[in-house]
Amino acid sequence: MYATFDLDRPGDLAAALAILRTKGAVALAGGTNLIVDMRAGRERPQRVVSLDKLGVLRGIRQARGQVTIGGRTTVTDLLLSPVIAKTAPALVESARQFAGQMVRNTATVAGNIACGSPAADLVPPLFALDARLTLVSARGRRTVPIESFFIGYKKDIRRPGELISRISWKAPSSRSCALFYKLARRKGDAITVVGVAVALDVERGRCRRARVALGAVAPTVFRAREAEAILEGQTLTPELIESAAEAAAAAARPIDDIRASAAYRRHGVHALVRRLIGQAWEKLA
Amino acid sequence: MPTVNLTVNGKAVSANVEARTLLVNLLREQLGLTGTHVGCDTSQCGACVVHVDGKSVKACTLLAVQANGSKVTTIEGLASGDKLHPMQEAFREHHGLQCGFCTPGMVMSAVCLAQNHPNLTEKDVREGLEGNLCRCTGYHNIVQAVLAGAQAMRR
Ligand SMILES: Cc1cc2nc3c(=O)[nH]c(=O)nc-3n(C[C@H](O)[C@H](O)[C@H](O)COP(=O)(O)OP(=O)(O)OC[C@H]3O[C@@H](n4cnc5c(N)ncnc54)[C@H](O)[C@@H]3O)c2cc1C
Ligand code: FES
Ligand code: FES
Repeated sequence: MYATFDLDRPGDLAAALAILRTKGAVALAGGTNLIVDMRAGRERPQRVVSLDKLGVLRGIRQARGQVTIGGRTTVTDLLLSPVIAKTAPALVESARQFAGQMVRNTATVAGNIACGSPAADLVPPLFALDARLTLVSARGRRTVPIESFFIGYKKDIRRPGELISRISWKAPSSRSCALFYKLARRKGDAITVVGVAVALDVERGRCRRARVALGAVAPTVFRAREAEAILEGQTLTPELIESAAEAAAAAARPIDDIRASAAYRRHGVHALVRRLIGQAWEKLA
Repeated sequence: MPTVNLTVNGKAVSANVEARTLLVNLLREQLGLTGTHVGCDTSQCGACVVHVDGKSVKACTLLAVQANGSKVTTIEGLASGDKLHPMQEAFREHHGLQCGFCTPGMVMSAVCLAQNHPNLTEKDVREGLEGNLCRCTGYHNIVQAVLAGAQAMRR
């Protein structure tokens, strides 16, 4: 058996935040990363604070053009929600490709963000939505763009005891298209080799806003801003799309590992950015 | 030691567990329900799948305490007396098992899948069983069994 710990299952958020202030305490959501890491001895928390009774952290709402989901919303919740289907199609696609049904039933959105993996599948679509994270602790709350949350491989700006309570984004206009593609060694239950999310907004025949977010090809998920700049303000042509794809591939900093070589990953970025931007533009044009 | 109260296969049970006790340990070691298997320690194989409040979950990835107050169904809870559940019957009929190690998890996942998809297709089955590994069958007969079992469940 793995190392013991003290376990709390608080019924309200304030109580949870108070316990999380204590040294060596960690939050437990779906457990699909944390329990696996604890069983393997990679994580040895002294105190585990289970969030499963905190209903306030779970749910999906849309009000005044703003979509807000609780951090404890599960991947299955995303797939069942008409609001998510309408406002975040790339997130739906990544939720569909996520693990298998049992893991989707328990794995949470905040857990996916907080695990800090560059291969976390829900994160590139959230970057493409310009999502904002609400962080709460016993000391107060703050809201940050998801892009500034990650500062290095498995490193983020959370202060001790801080939870991701909400994730929110502006519902996109009707003249927008968002897509996600997960390249992996097989379809089911596999870790992403290259994850690409793109979003385009079109106005009067021009690309008004472009987002290209890349997963698993750098220490963190990131936006290929050079690629976005090539597209924004333009009427897209195959040549422009090709140079955006080249810019995205150049911005990637992939590694060689057991799943793929760095060169293959870079090639994957190029091919997928070109394909997804092309598809999105075609849908809107 | 925390006490957990839950309903397992329709019966109310109460047990003292350690904080680190996983639901699968509680079921197998304390309640003697050894039909739920453990095939890995990385939450990947799906041999341990049970239903918690009607949803399929990996019992090796949930603390027993987190199931406090829940309704749990294990493979032992599917049959009624001597009469197998239609999904179990379909696995037998279609040779959906060889060594049988993965079978309890496969059947539990399949039942949940059938309940969520009124018109299950082969694609749904193959996608739906992505979290369940089988080292023997090559999956073909499992997929046939699940399709047949799902149809029988609708009758
Ligand atoms: C078989 C299997 C397949 C998988 N497949 C995929 C996949 O396809 N794609 C993918 O991206 N991931 C996958 N994963 C990884 C994992 O399921 C996800 O990262 C999941 O979203 C983690 O969420 P959780 O709720 O289980 O987090 P937990 O394991 O409970 O927690 C993970 C980390 O996040 C912290 N945390 C949890 N909630 C909060 C919060 N509200 N605020 C701050 N910190 C918090 C915890 O303290 C912990 O450090 C897979 C895992 C398994 C076991
Ligand atoms: S024992 Fe392998 S997934 Fe639970
Ligand atoms: S029948 Fe042997 S593992 Fe599936």
